[in-house]
Amino acid sequence: MTEGETGGTESTEVDLSADFRESGVAEVLDQLDRELIGLKPVKQRIRETAALLIVDRARQRLGLSQTTPTLHMSFTGNPGTGKTTVAMRMADILYRLGYVRKGHLISVTRDDLVGQYIGHTAPKTKEILKKAMGGVLFIDEAYYLYRPDNERDYGQEAIEILLQVMENQRDDLVVILAGYADRMDKFFQSNPGFRSRIAHHIDFPDYEDAELLSIAESMLAEQNYHFDDDARAAMTEYIGLRREQPHFANARSIRNALDRARMRQANRLFSDTHAPIGVNELSTITGGDLRSSRVFSGGLDSEKGRTQ
Amino acid sequence: MRVTQGCFSFLPDLDDAQISAQIEYCLRNEWAIGIEYTDDPHPRNTYWEMWGNPMFDLRDAAGVMMELKACRDAFPDSYIRINAFDSTRGFETVRLSFIVNRPAVEPTFKMTRTEVRGRTVNVTMTTEYG
Repeated sequence: MTEGETGGTESTEVDLSADFRESGVAEVLDQLDRELIGLKPVKQRIRETAALLIVDRARQRLGLSQTTPTLHMSFTGNPGTGKTTVAMRMADILYRLGYVRKGHLISVTRDDLVGQYIGHTAPKTKEILKKAMGGVLFIDEAYYLYRPDNERDYGQEAIEILLQVMENQRDDLVVILAGYADRMDKFFQSNPGFRSRIAHHIDFPDYEDAELLSIAESMLAEQNYHFDDDARAAMTEYIGLRREQPHFANARSIRNALDRARMRQANRLFSDTHAPIGVNELSTITGGDLRSSRVFSGGLDSEKGRTQ
Repeated sequence: MRVTQGCFSFLPDLDDAQISAQIEYCLRNEWAIGIEYTDDPHPRNTYWEMWGNPMFDLRDAAGVMMELKACRDAFPDSYIRINAFDSTRGFETVRLSFIVNRPAVEPTFKMTRTEVRGRTVNVTMTTEYG
């Protein structure tokens, strides 16, 4: 599939940097750097993986290795740390390097793979696998597939089919398992088959407060909104407070906070203004829009009892 | 007797790479792929058995090839065909259908002529096995 680019198999030399340029992987990596805030170790790991794949492809071209490297990965980290987003970029990188033929990403959870009665699981899992062929299968919260407390759970059947396809059809699809670090560790311990078939483990760290603030600003900029100075201060405060409260999900919590702030802003504009308003008013989120969040008064009422 | 039906019937049997390429063509056109098998290739037998459900939303031929292999393993001595269904309004029909597996020993067809009233001849064709 990639031989056409170098013009035959006669050559005994490869130009890795030209390879890198032509594959278009550089663009994806740059885009990753530009668009994803923070995540330094993840970006580093992806660069390393891309380098490995480029070298491996060059070796294959010169006949130094015949086998496709194992590309299945596991992404571990807390919710909202960008696992799905990075998986999408990963699919793009693998596609540009020719390791997957189509480069699409199918994102599934336990419910999509495991059936509800005998004989339901295998067709369900196979259907998802067939859709993922030629691309990347992203299994979110993969540890739910394995339920040690119920030995008749159908999850085991899905795991067996997955393992078989991961082994026998390595050219056809790449599987990425994702979830919380500690639970994934336990999952791998009880399913050694998975551990041995996964070559790349990438750990996603939590975001720093400053990173979350710039994530918030870039999310707003995407939708043509912006903070005023007071709102920026309120957001900084919000991030600090939200982190201490239960169910904190990094960037996802920020996205939800912004969605609610936009709603409050709309409400404010609707009820308070009687004169015509301009572009600036329509796209400014003020401190007040954020400060009326329940996070500032100690979180959801239902959650208060639990944390104290 | 070598039974021919559907598309490519004038060509020698397609190999797996060629089948795969045809399926890629179908998927590029966003047609749904179905696999069917039968032991009776009579031309009037339009209802073949379905191998699983038709496959929608596939992106790559590998998925179909996986099912085809499973079907061949289960019914090596059957005729297997691949149908590509186009759901576009106005077509809503099978756009491409071709045979991908045939038994080692193929049946033949026997023609019976029956003379009925007024010297009319009714022709009946039946499948004759080995």
